Amino acid sequence: MTAVTADRLLHAASAEAAETVCAHCGQPIPDGGGSGARGPRFCCPGCSAAFETIQGLGLGRYYQQRLLDPALRAPRPETGERWDLDRAVTVNEDGTCELSMAIDGLQCGACVWLIESVLGREPAVAAGRVNMTTRRLRLVWRGAAADAERLVGRIEALGYRLVPFDAAALKAAQDHTGRALMRALAVAGFAAGNVMFISIGIWAGEAAGWLDGMGPATRDLLHWFSALIALPAIAYAGMPFFRSAAAALRQGRSNMDVPISIGVMLVTVMSLVESYRHGEHTYFDSAVSLLFFLLIGRVLDHRARGVARATAEQLLTLRASDVAVLQPDGTTLRRAQQAVAPGDRILVGLGERIGVDGVVERGTSALDASLVTGESLPVQAGIGTQVFAGTLNLGEPLVVRATATGGATLLAECVRLIEAAEARRSRFVVLADRVARRYAPAVHLTALLSFLYWYLIGGMALAPALLIASAVLIITCPCALALAVPAVQVIATSRLFQSGVLLKSATALERLAEVDTVVFDKTGTLTDPTLGLVGAGEQTRDANAPDPESLRLAASLAASSRHPLARSLLAAAGPVHAAAGVVEHQGQGLSLGEIRLGSRAFCGDPDAPPADRPELWLARPHQAPVRFVFDERLRPDAAAVIARLRRMGVDIRLLSGDRAGAVERVAATLGIDAWQAGCSPVEKVAAIEALAASGRRVLMVGDGLNDGPSLAAAHVSASPATAADISQTVADVVFQGHDLAPVATILDTARRARATMRENLALSIGYNVLMVPLAVAGLVTPWLAAAAMSSSSLLVILNSFRLRRGGAR
Amino acid sequence: MSVILYLLAGSLVLGGGGLAVFLWALRSGQYDDLEGAANRILFDDDRS
Repeated sequence: MTAVTADRLLHAASAEAAETVCAHCGQPIPDGGGSGARGPRFCCPGCSAAFETIQGLGLGRYYQQRLLDPALRAPRPETGERWDLDRAVTVNEDGTCELSMAIDGLQCGACVWLIESVLGREPAVAAGRVNMTTRRLRLVWRGAAADAERLVGRIEALGYRLVPFDAAALKAAQDHTGRALMRALAVAGFAAGNVMFISIGIWAGEAAGWLDGMGPATRDLLHWFSALIALPAIAYAGMPFFRSAAAALRQGRSNMDVPISIGVMLVTVMSLVESYRHGEHTYFDSAVSLLFFLLIGRVLDHRARGVARATAEQLLTLRASDVAVLQPDGTTLRRAQQAVAPGDRILVGLGERIGVDGVVERGTSALDASLVTGESLPVQAGIGTQVFAGTLNLGEPLVVRATATGGATLLAECVRLIEAAEARRSRFVVLADRVARRYAPAVHLTALLSFLYWYLIGGMALAPALLIASAVLIITCPCALALAVPAVQVIATSRLFQSGVLLKSATALERLAEVDTVVFDKTGTLTDPTLGLVGAGEQTRDANAPDPESLRLAASLAASSRHPLARSLLAAAGPVHAAAGVVEHQGQGLSLGEIRLGSRAFCGDPDAPPADRPELWLARPHQAPVRFVFDERLRPDAAAVIARLRRMGVDIRLLSGDRAGAVERVAATLGIDAWQAGCSPVEKVAAIEALAASGRRVLMVGDGLNDGPSLAAAHVSASPATAADISQTVADVVFQGHDLAPVATILDTARRARATMRENLALSIGYNVLMVPLAVAGLVTPWLAAAAMSSSSLLVILNSFRLRRGGAR
Repeated sequence: MSVILYLLAGSLVLGGGGLAVFLWALRSGQYDDLEGAANRILFDDDRS
């Protein structure tokens, strides 16, 4: 994307839509809204202020150069979130303060430029740098740590959401392996280029031998020079392979790195001996370029998965919300979840998720524990009730006393079950290693046999016979074979990444391809985890049913809140103009003058029949209060995805912790016959393991804390990005968005990827079948070996690229 | 043919220099954000 295209697109868009979208955030403005008849119009005061700020700083070019992606969060400033930044700020040795934050709402290069420019205008800021790949902001400033709040506020006022990283956790997460691989790649690339350069000289001298040949002395010199470059490079760049091979051998196993290591070492030693013997052929170039090619594959593989992992982490970070800790004087202080100590008292408002495990100390309310237990009906909570992190408060504000995550909590129980399930799960051997197990002995035996043949039967001297055996090893050194799988993996991983699917595990793709049974959880997996407003038609029997006009009014209040129910209300109402001057009452609701929106006690009708579902009330002077009821819905494409999976020949099952009635309803709607309700985490694990014992390969898709153990027990597992933290951490695959379609897409991609991997393996083994007879016959020269190795590797890589085209949309 | 010695040494020094520069760039984090670097070039730095 260039600025020119961005500009043109924006002009095209603005020609027709300039009057109806907000000049700052690009969201539609409802009719009758907007400030002023002429000039830019805005959807809310926050956007208007952000526009003024940007123009005031002379950064108005941002609007010409940006490109808004409708799929991403619009840059609409929000209020109501205050982070406790103290834990995240580190003070450097030179007295500057440093802070790292995840940015939500980063749209394109213009956003990066805007954020950095705004920070650059702050005299105190020493460095404000956005990393666009990881979507992180690193901020360094001079002055007090408390300035963080003001600086972060500047960026938040522009419409971005910032969530601090824990400084200690950030340090631990640095990617040392990636850097080491990259250094090895650089060394191997340098050596491969130079040695190949020298080798071409040698080959040219050999080819021109009948004209004006290269003298043996010059050739020896060039051989030794190649050795001088190649030996240290092989020692350094080969380390990742040698280490992995040694680790495998120590455990009595074999993997692809074993034949690679043996091949490289033998080739090197043989070439050294040849150089010493003033021989004609050395193979330093083959050894180094083999490492170079393989390292390219490893680096790309590592990077693709690293990006997927970092994105998964980023999702978890952005979702983290702060909790309101009650102070002794009755005020509240927002704190990060990790900063809450046992014994702290926490205020949990209507529609907030309880951030910690604890015991209710004050208040009674209904709780939605679906993310914890899978139960979709709310449970009543009163003083003394044990509550778990992740539970949604549907009613009145509660005061919860945090308890330590002791051995008795549900979380600890699930962690124990997960560990047990992971320990029981058999170790998966990847395709490449299975091939290597048979391949390595076969080629080593061939080399030995050809040596014995030439030495004993062919009547050759020891040295030339050894040379032929080495040539066999060089030709069979599994460059293409070792690239066959990673090349496919890189392409499949980045393809899935573009469609919002994060492959976290290296072996997930191969395990997914084997799946023949998919087990779904119900709540939050087949159903949409965000609550939907129950349609007006269903509420006609209700005396407090909302009309469109009150829905619009309620949404205009809700627009300035981050509250989940307010968000659902906003989504149901469509574009509305956010009302100015809305006051948020912690844990109770919102008010605008005498208009109130919030909990039943805050503004509802106390005589209305009690709710079994989440609700919001709207009260206006001189009018009866209006009630908005929310409920869970099936994901819109659930039925289509189930049908598609069936067509792929996959058996579908449903395992839920919810009551039989609710599960049966969903199962009947989707046509799933095999369902089981009321499962505890232990029963879910047992069901999965029973399936595995009957020879099935199970993909478990679940989101709740109670699904964690069964995710760990399954052959391979997937979680939506809305899942409980622990489930998302356990799952091999995380998918984003409102749709269930990614489940079918990943299975489809995995199957096609496996087919491509097999083609690649067949191609590279086929190349060996062609070349080995030449090697055994003693006809392979160094240039032929180099050409054959490069061309077979290229062939495998090009074949993998076919995966990018066609197939899944 | 002794010129070949100088040429070999020269190529090694030049190549080694390139390698050193790359390793330095890697160490100083220039490969940490390739996407950002691609976009940054489109915008003027007006801080000066």
